[in-house]
Amino acid sequence: MSVEQMESTTALTALRHKHLLSTADLSPEEITLVLDTAEAMKEVGARSIKKVPALRGKTVVNLFFEPSTRTRTSFEIAEKRLSADTLNIAIATSSVVKGETLADTALTLEAMAPDMIVIRHSSSGAPYLLSRICRSAIINAGDGTHEHPTQALLDAFTIRERKKRLSGLKVAIIGDLLHSRVLRSNVHLLTTMGAEVWVCGPPTLVPTDVQRLGVRVTHSIEEAVRDADVVMLLRIQLERMEGAFFPSLREYFAVFGMTEARLHLAKPDVMIMHPGPMNRGVEIASEVADGPYSVILDQVANGVAVRMAVLYLLAGGAADEDAA
Amino acid sequence: MPVVMDADRIGRTLTRIAHEILERNKGVDELALVGVRTRGVPIARRIARSLKEITGHDIPTGALDITLYRDDLMRQQVGPQPLVRRTEIPFSIDNRKILLVDDVLYTGRTTRAALDALIDFGRPKNIQLIVLVDRGHRELPIKADYVGKNLPTSPEESVQVRLQESDGSDEVVLQGGAA
Repeated sequence: MSVEQMESTTALTALRHKHLLSTADLSPEEITLVLDTAEAMKEVGARSIKKVPALRGKTVVNLFFEPSTRTRTSFEIAEKRLSADTLNIAIATSSVVKGETLADTALTLEAMAPDMIVIRHSSSGAPYLLSRICRSAIINAGDGTHEHPTQALLDAFTIRERKKRLSGLKVAIIGDLLHSRVLRSNVHLLTTMGAEVWVCGPPTLVPTDVQRLGVRVTHSIEEAVRDADVVMLLRIQLERMEGAFFPSLREYFAVFGMTEARLHLAKPDVMIMHPGPMNRGVEIASEVADGPYSVILDQVANGVAVRMAVLYLLAGGAADEDAA
Repeated sequence: MPVVMDADRIGRTLTRIAHEILERNKGVDELALVGVRTRGVPIARRIARSLKEITGHDIPTGALDITLYRDDLMRQQVGPQPLVRRTEIPFSIDNRKILLVDDVLYTGRTTRAALDALIDFGRPKNIQLIVLVDRGHRELPIKADYVGKNLPTSPEESVQVRLQESDGSDEVVLQGGAA
């Protein structure tokens, strides 16, 4: 078949938006497109030469205002495997005057005309600001306590890989819900795909309006874990906490920690997930994190494939050019 | 909408190609088939089946998606990306004779992409190209080693290969154009 004749048979071949800012913007078809594309990308990572020429000549800037090891390296590997030129800019949060400096940085970058900007910022909404200033496609790699879309996509990919579906699964998300951008991105994505999402944490760490996201809320880890297909632990983010949210880490572990005893309440083929980095002995017991139900390292490996898929799909631009 | 090959003709053609492969390679030693997605894949499987019937040997068979190697991928400033499908080559291609299979040979650009992709998988002893239909109009110096049917066409026409596995029936149809 010639290149000119090649036609795809699937309904959707492109994302509707130019940027990836929030999983709330994604339809079920778009999520499926990203996950299907990621499956093809995962195979590239299994080759001896883990590189394809797809994004040759494209420039991607990784703009990290917050420390990050796994997300930044994951994006960088994904970009290199697609043959994009990458530029890493790490800026210490302390030196950033919020708002104005970000806009100035964005304009400076804009002058270098990158095709895509991957941004991590401690302020919620920073990627939105960038998307209004820059012509480049913006990928949100985590903004404050708001969203972390590629994490949710790689979580969904990991779940779908094992369970072959997302709809109808009981997914329990347990931990620091208040400060978690992973929570928000995952809830949007999983509810869009028809999963039954339960969230659980101490009342001080549960956002007041969380029910509005379409999840069930409980303060009993036993209720959350019972018959769950997937248990996702969220890190207790001490660095974002000002004040006392719970008496002690030991008490947190006793009441909300994922232990082997609690594991038995879940379905026999339960998957244990954690976006990392983990606080062992706080939100998760070491035996569970390293146990046979844990897919935590699969999540890291799948992150590269999912980010390759997102980069590839956004490099073509939007199906309907959105004004935003 | 003239049918240029029907199911019987396609079947006989693929059997003939299987015999040609054996003749040229003096057997099945070191052979492996790689089909180019989408329709090269079922054609490769059918040739593997023919080779098995004739020789009794299983020939390793894989599927190659060339999307990430296309030369028109980043040509437009904005446009939807072509869909990427999974490549499945579950064997080493090092020192094997690779039979690359596609349905239609036209400009040769798909074959160029497939050759680049294959080379990234290893260093085959050689690569031989099998196509069901060669419709001419090459834009690159590429030639098939095994051709099911040479079909003179005009660039305005399009050649549709339909296969049981993907389309529910076996036929090759010539569409459009003045003739």
